[in-house]
Amino acid sequence: MIEIKTLLFYAFSVVLVFAAFAVITARNPVHAALWLVLSFFNAAGIWMLLKAEFLAISLVLVYVGAVMVLFLFVVMMLDINLDKLREGFWKNSKLGFVVGGLMLAEMAFFLLNPQFATQSPASAPANQPGYSNVKELGKLIYTDYVFPFEVAAIILLVAIVAALALTLRGRKDSKSQDPSSQVLVKSGDRLRIVKMAAVPREVPEAVAPAAAAAGEAKK
Amino acid sequence: MGPITQSNVLVLGAILFAISIVGIFLNRKNLIVLLMAVELMLLAVNMNFVGFSYFLGDPDGQVFVFFILTVAAAESAIGLAILVVLFRNLDTVSVDELDNLKG
Repeated sequence: MIEIKTLLFYAFSVVLVFAAFAVITARNPVHAALWLVLSFFNAAGIWMLLKAEFLAISLVLVYVGAVMVLFLFVVMMLDINLDKLREGFWKNSKLGFVVGGLMLAEMAFFLLNPQFATQSPASAPANQPGYSNVKELGKLIYTDYVFPFEVAAIILLVAIVAALALTLRGRKDSKSQDPSSQVLVKSGDRLRIVKMAAVPREVPEAVAPAAAAAGEAKK
Repeated sequence: MGPITQSNVLVLGAILFAISIVGIFLNRKNLIVLLMAVELMLLAVNMNFVGFSYFLGDPDGQVFVFFILTVAAAESAIGLAILVVLFRNLDTVSVDELDNLKG
């Protein structure tokens, strides 16, 4: 008897492999990005079958929703000469398919071993009624993996700062300080000493007698 | 066809990984598709993690997938930023033109 879950798994897998192959052979990078969206979507379906619901949803939200949109944005923004990039596309294909095929054959030889023909154990917590994947992951992340979780937060912060710092082009007319020129400044740049000839000062009439009296008193 | 077994999932991961290896061979001039092939490769690895987590009944594997997703998102954001800067300076994303470090 064919189980519906197995049937779904094979259906998702076939579409996933087809879409992944289309990603690497698509002529237009925009099409490649869209095929990649399809393959992530099918991977999310398979993860849902494997009872990783939180990851399946976050794959759709984070990958399809954010990363792939970023990809599409960049691909559409750049004006790329496609013909030049496709030059010699099939030149190394033989070597590529041989290497890829060999790797796949070796891994399949190993993985199709009856040792790996296991099914999910019925005693696993995921197979018990009332199991919540999100609850379980939350417990793990905020207890055992709280330090890696914070490191992940810092990595994301670094990514934000790096992406901004790499692509930021300041406006030409914006006012900002230039610390290096501030440090390099010399007193001569700021203060100008002007030499002038001395001119005798004219003393006003009303003040003159008082000044003369003061001068006599001093004597 | 019985229920899904572990080798089903592992072979699917291996197929995805092999496809992205071939993709790197084919698209060696196009940096954008190279980045996409790397994303596919990470997806293959995540597939193995989720598979082992399911078949061993241990949710720790899914925590690792969570961290891989985080790092992969950061990686693609920085990679695309570098790509944009590169295109701004050189007017191309062809790997052949990136030989500035070649003395």
